[in-house]
Amino acid sequence: MAELPILDIRGVGKIYELNGQKIEALRDANLVVRKGEFVCLIGASGCGKSTLLRIVAGFEVPTSGEALMWDKPVGGPAPDRGMVFQDYGLFPWLTVRQNIGFGPASRGLPRSEVRDTVERFVNMVGLTRFADAWPHQLSGGMKQRVAIARVLANDAEMVLMDEPFGALDAMTRERLQDELLDIWQRTRLTVLFVTHSIEEAIFLADRVVVMEPGPGRIASEHGIALPRPRDVASPEFNEVRRDLSARLHSHHARKAA
Amino acid sequence: MSVTTAAAAAEPANAARPASRWPARFKAFGLALIVPLALLAFWHVAVKAGMTRLIPSPAEVAEYMVDFAVGGIWDDAFSATLHIHLLASMSRVYGGFALAALVAVPLGILIGRNETVRAVLDPFLQLMRPVPVTAWLPLSMILFGLGARSAFFLVFLGAFYPILLNTVFGVRSVEKRLFEAASMLGCTGSAQFFRVVLPAALPSIFTGLRLGLGLAWFVIVVGEMTGVPQGLGAVIMDGRTLSRTELVICGMIVIGIAGYLSDRVVVTIMNRLLRWSPSHHG
Ligand SMILES: Nc1ncnc2c1ncn2[C@@H]1O[C@H](COP(=O)(O)OP(=O)(O)O)[C@@H](O)[C@H]1O
Ligand SMILES: [Mg+2]
Repeated sequence: MAELPILDIRGVGKIYELNGQKIEALRDANLVVRKGEFVCLIGASGCGKSTLLRIVAGFEVPTSGEALMWDKPVGGPAPDRGMVFQDYGLFPWLTVRQNIGFGPASRGLPRSEVRDTVERFVNMVGLTRFADAWPHQLSGGMKQRVAIARVLANDAEMVLMDEPFGALDAMTRERLQDELLDIWQRTRLTVLFVTHSIEEAIFLADRVVVMEPGPGRIASEHGIALPRPRDVASPEFNEVRRDLSARLHSHHARKAA
Repeated sequence: MSVTTAAAAAEPANAARPASRWPARFKAFGLALIVPLALLAFWHVAVKAGMTRLIPSPAEVAEYMVDFAVGGIWDDAFSATLHIHLLASMSRVYGGFALAALVAVPLGILIGRNETVRAVLDPFLQLMRPVPVTAWLPLSMILFGLGARSAFFLVFLGAFYPILLNTVFGVRSVEKRLFEAASMLGCTGSAQFFRVVLPAALPSIFTGLRLGLGLAWFVIVVGEMTGVPQGLGAVIMDGRTLSRTELVICGMIVIGIAGYLSDRVVVTIMNRLLRWSPSHHG
């Protein structure tokens, strides 16, 4: 029962200062994520989802509280927590292969090992034919595959994804969701995934964390017990969706009142 | 699904080329010739119509050019001396340019990366920048004497600022996202310099080098006014003194062509090294 969680967010708050003005982006966030879990953060824009993810990634320092990974405070960005950005963040001067090999090469692994790792992940995300293409030659979906592959190739234990499929067309998005679940199930990854689509959250997550704005905070958590693979058209799925959407709207209604 | 769409998007560019490439080239070449030919025709007609008696006709200039290059027509002091003057100018242009690049690129990187260096150097450099290279001429003659060293210095000055400013700009405008991506992949601190800053700034650095080389050719005439015996600028000045307008025009044409060709070399290298950049492969 008292198994050590991979991630333990304890009373995390973040206040930004912008031109002398203080913006409370996040207040007293508490969240525990177990190894291998798929957790989705959902909520209106401005409720601190990105801030929370960036604190876990080590890009931002919390103003109060702390984020613990395996019981150790997050000190800064590191390869154990890979981030997948909505705008991809690929290195435009590197080919698909070189982008995927960036992490392993940075860590000084032997060339042959880097090459083998790269080949494995190029194939895993289905980009064999585009291995020597530059990012500007790829579609959005392919770029995001490269972004996912490069954190996996770097042995990330936890993948942090900030609306990764938000800029993709519906068909590509569905396909990438399937591929992501497939990779997740094969690798025992832990995923923290930000989205503003209720359907996407229910389709992907073991647990959905609902956030609220003004100031940003965690409002509620919902375990999703639907068996996988999930069918978005099934009555059970729709029931969960209706339920969660009512919860989200009741938060909003309370704010408006 | 998205694999096939992207394939379809990426391949026609290559597939369509062999068939349409040559006609397209000829067309571009033909279009590019319209203005020079029209100008040449106007020049010819204007001279024949007696609008000016001080400017030789294109045919006369062409004849002088042949003599200037290989001799055998007039056999005067300038016959068959083109290569001497061209080499003299080129050595100053490329020497001054290379020195400018050697100083300006590292300095620009330092200014772009280091707050203290920027605070110390930037105000001074900004203050010196509006002073035109030509205004340095008298001072450079005092400092470096009459001759080649002075020309070299002016070329250096002319090429220095575009290279410096573009390098600073390139280094400072690296996307924040790329630093985040590098650090979460385990590339932190000074390792980011070679793996992120330098490649990201390369397009701007090349823009600076290209502008700098252009300016080096621009400045060479001024640089060679300071009493050097050889060089295309000297030829133009001598031509003016001797009222040999055809010599002046020949010097102008050679500078134009040499400057153009050296720009093409830079552009070719640039396109090769920056193939990854959507705005540089073509
Ligand atoms: N770097 C920053 N500086 C100042 N304010 C910020 C910064 N990043 C986010 N904010 C503010 O913090 C709040 C939460 O932002 P964010 O975490 O991006 O929310 P979300 O991802 O849920 O849309 C917003 O009001 C936003 O304007
Ligand atoms: Mg966000």
